[in-house]
Amino acid sequence: MIKWNRIVAFLAVVGITFALIGTTAKGVIGGITLGLDLQGGFETLYEVKPIEEGQELTKNTMKDTVGAILKRIDILGVAEPEIAIEGSDRIRVKLAGVTNQEEARKLLGEPARLAFLGPNGEELMTGNDLAKDGASVQYDELHRPFISLKLANAQKFEDITREYLHQRISIALDEQILTSPEVQSVISGGNASITGEYTVEEATQLANILNAGALPVEMTEIYSNSVGAKLGAESLDKAIFAGIIGVGAIFLFMFLFYRWAGIIAIVTLVAYMYTILVVLNWMHATLTLPGIAAFILTVGMAVDANIITYERIKEELRAGKSLTSAVRAGQRRSLSTILDANITTMIAGAVLFYFGTSSIQGFAVTLMVGIVMTMLTAVLGTRLLLSIWVRSNALRKPWFYGVKESEINEL
Amino acid sequence: MNFKNIDYVSKRKVFFTISGFIQIIGIIAILVFGFNLGVDFQGGTRLDVLVGETFAEQDVRAELQTVGLTPGTIETAGNQKERAAVRFTEALSKEQVASAKTALTEKYGEQVDIEESSVDPMMARELVRQAIYAVGLASLGIIIYLTIRFEYRFAVTGVLALLHDAFAVIAVFSIFKIEVDLTFIAAILTIVGYSINDTIVTFDRIRENLPRYKVKGMEDLEKVVNVSIQETIVRSLNTVITVLFASVALLIFGGESIRNFALALTVGLVFGMYSSIFIAAQLWLDWKGKELFKKRPLTNNEAS
Repeated sequence: MIKWNRIVAFLAVVGITFALIGTTAKGVIGGITLGLDLQGGFETLYEVKPIEEGQELTKNTMKDTVGAILKRIDILGVAEPEIAIEGSDRIRVKLAGVTNQEEARKLLGEPARLAFLGPNGEELMTGNDLAKDGASVQYDELHRPFISLKLANAQKFEDITREYLHQRISIALDEQILTSPEVQSVISGGNASITGEYTVEEATQLANILNAGALPVEMTEIYSNSVGAKLGAESLDKAIFAGIIGVGAIFLFMFLFYRWAGIIAIVTLVAYMYTILVVLNWMHATLTLPGIAAFILTVGMAVDANIITYERIKEELRAGKSLTSAVRAGQRRSLSTILDANITTMIAGAVLFYFGTSSIQGFAVTLMVGIVMTMLTAVLGTRLLLSIWVRSNALRKPWFYGVKESEINEL
Repeated sequence: MNFKNIDYVSKRKVFFTISGFIQIIGIIAILVFGFNLGVDFQGGTRLDVLVGETFAEQDVRAELQTVGLTPGTIETAGNQKERAAVRFTEALSKEQVASAKTALTEKYGEQVDIEESSVDPMMARELVRQAIYAVGLASLGIIIYLTIRFEYRFAVTGVLALLHDAFAVIAVFSIFKIEVDLTFIAAILTIVGYSINDTIVTFDRIRENLPRYKVKGMEDLEKVVNVSIQETIVRSLNTVITVLFASVALLIFGGESIRNFALALTVGLVFGMYSSIFIAAQLWLDWKGKELFKKRPLTNNEAS
């Protein structure tokens, strides 16, 4: 006697699941941030050293440095920069989707140490003597841009110009002399200017660098990774294509091997893939290339839970049990195996996360989220759907679950 | 083929020999060939250049030399051989990377795109250290968990089997001089997690079957293990096959950047499948057997 209300309930659960996925998938996928290896961009790990000998790196210096880097990134207009202090003397900067990488990298690492040098190269003033936001672009009579500087300490500057009257003072940025004007008069009021053959863009950028502040420290790149936008897009396309093929093969395999139960597994796998994306979106996780690889891989692993359960059910059916009790026994007995198997993989994932660098951490996060979600969808979801179905009394022949009549032992 | 009627345990010495042989070849390979270490592990710069057309290695080299760069190795990659993997033993500065791109763009056109990865040698040493810690810590964690859930013999033999798999992958990479980088470590750790996953399925069944058979001698214990493997073989094969679908798809279609990762994974999965069936449970069998029956009086007792 087929119970239609159970079939309706089954179809309703499946229907609601797919409707939910269909209507929200676009937003969920669109909301996931792609890593710099997929959209182009770069990542640099800087080692920070104090500029002056004997000076110590404090937490505050590190924070100030991060602040200065952030200001510089603002100049670039990057939407979602990721900056993190690692350990006591490292700063990791990740910029995804930067169009002009070379310029950006140059701008970031530049210590921008501004110095006023005397005729013999002696340092008279540094960038710290500059007033806050004291650099601006102005134009001379011929509409050539120059940089106007406002100094924090007008008296100091006046004293210097008095001392070096009629001599040349150089203004240098990172040992590169920008200009060496002669001091023609004692300058009071604290204003100076840097002139040179600048384009408007160059002048603006220079002024911005000066305002962003001389970095209080020296930064050396000890690790860097940059990916061109074209290569990133290519990686993304290929990974998605590989994913479609791999997941398609898994679906086909499940259908051929477990028939109707396989179809139920496919439904829960689709739900699984969707929930992974929802969770990644919700965590604001960045999807990297290894992350996609992990995602595809976890689909293969999520199937495990189904296979372990289904093989158990097949065994029970072969032993001659009825479908209802075979399903019940199969589900009960497979749970501890699934748990053990997944917890060990979880241990590996946690270690990867703890020791990995950023892109591998992306892999580890996806792997761990995947394992947790497996328990929700492939275990609970499959249980729910199978139980509802079994009670509907439809498709009860062992054939529908991949068992031949000839294999069944008589009780 | 019917996997369910095969006698898996009687030939275990043969499998131990095969595995021992693989390990020896691996050790020799590593001693003789060493590793093709990527920049992650020895410092330097790797440029992955999308040239976009067939190119001659010496042209790329010459082009880079015009801007004062001396590449170490240049390998061609990609399905149409349109990519060049250029390695430098020194880490390039960002200006040098930029000039390399400019030079190659002038020669090959606007489609040229570069993926660059530079690692300071000091950083590289740190990464190696972390990688070793990671594999060690993961193994330890798994041993502890399995000891709690099963018994230490399962834990140790399970971990031996997974180290066997990890080592086999390392040997393959050494023999074929495939570049070893950080993603390789990620692949090894995934294999570590996954290979044990597969082994547990069999162990679980042995544990379940043990009380059902009244084990009085080695033959009974052998029977338990054999029956357990026969009962779980389809499960073991199917779970690995589905993951293999994913990893092989990544290997063939996933693109250059994850090719080595996918390769390590695929090789590891195959070895993992082999070791869970032929190594892990059989090792356990010999160990457990020795312990259970060592007090049994020997038949040729008088001779001694």
